[in-house]
Amino acid sequence: MSVIVSVGEADFDVGAECRALASHSRQSGAIVQFVGLMRDSNQGDDVLTMELEHYPGMTERCITEIVNRAQQRWPLFAVTVIHRVGVLQPQDQIVFVGVSAAHRLDAFQSCEFIMDYLKTEAPFWKKECTLNGEQRWVDARQTDQQARKRWQD
Amino acid sequence: MITVLFFAKYRELLGTAKISLSAADIDLTACTVAALKASLAERGALWRDVLAAENTLCAVNQDLAGDDTPISLGDEVAFYPPVTGG
Repeated sequence: MSVIVSVGEADFDVGAECRALASHSRQSGAIVQFVGLMRDSNQGDDVLTMELEHYPGMTERCITEIVNRAQQRWPLFAVTVIHRVGVLQPQDQIVFVGVSAAHRLDAFQSCEFIMDYLKTEAPFWKKECTLNGEQRWVDARQTDQQARKRWQD
Repeated sequence: MITVLFFAKYRELLGTAKISLSAADIDLTACTVAALKASLAERGALWRDVLAAENTLCAVNQDLAGDDTPISLGDEVAFYPPVTGG
């Protein structure tokens, strides 16, 4: 299986990533991709920019470990996870999770699984700057914890 | 030497991203995350609050750790708030 985990400031090209995922196996019959974007508002406030901090080294390790767990659970041909850090603007791409499998159910489920664990385990933190000049750290959401728990039953 | 890292809100609150502790700073016999927290908490109320917070996460050598996780010379320990990536 091909695994790519990349954390950095550079943007990514969804089309290129999709073609790369498809190229790993002629048995691949399903590619599911998730792209997370930056919203222009949060908790009722307009958000101008967002800065993403991470724990270099551990972030990559943690995501690779999550991908390994997904691989043990579903038959996958290729997984690509890209996560951006640094300063982002509304509508910027933040995260990419792409999965290639023989069938769509495995691809859909493993993509959700990777995203749910990434959001609750990978050491990233968002700080947003609002229109009125406030800088604040984004709080973790309970709904993300619940989304992850459904895989533990 | 033990390296202790702080991230995000905690880095800002404590005003430091990284501290280095030597054997002179902390007793390394049977040292654990809990013992390190207790030692750092002596630095002041802010440190106590950060380290005692129920949702504070800890990693030892870049693996998630609990209060009982042992710490030895050369380890990298990190304290950070709940994660918000994705």
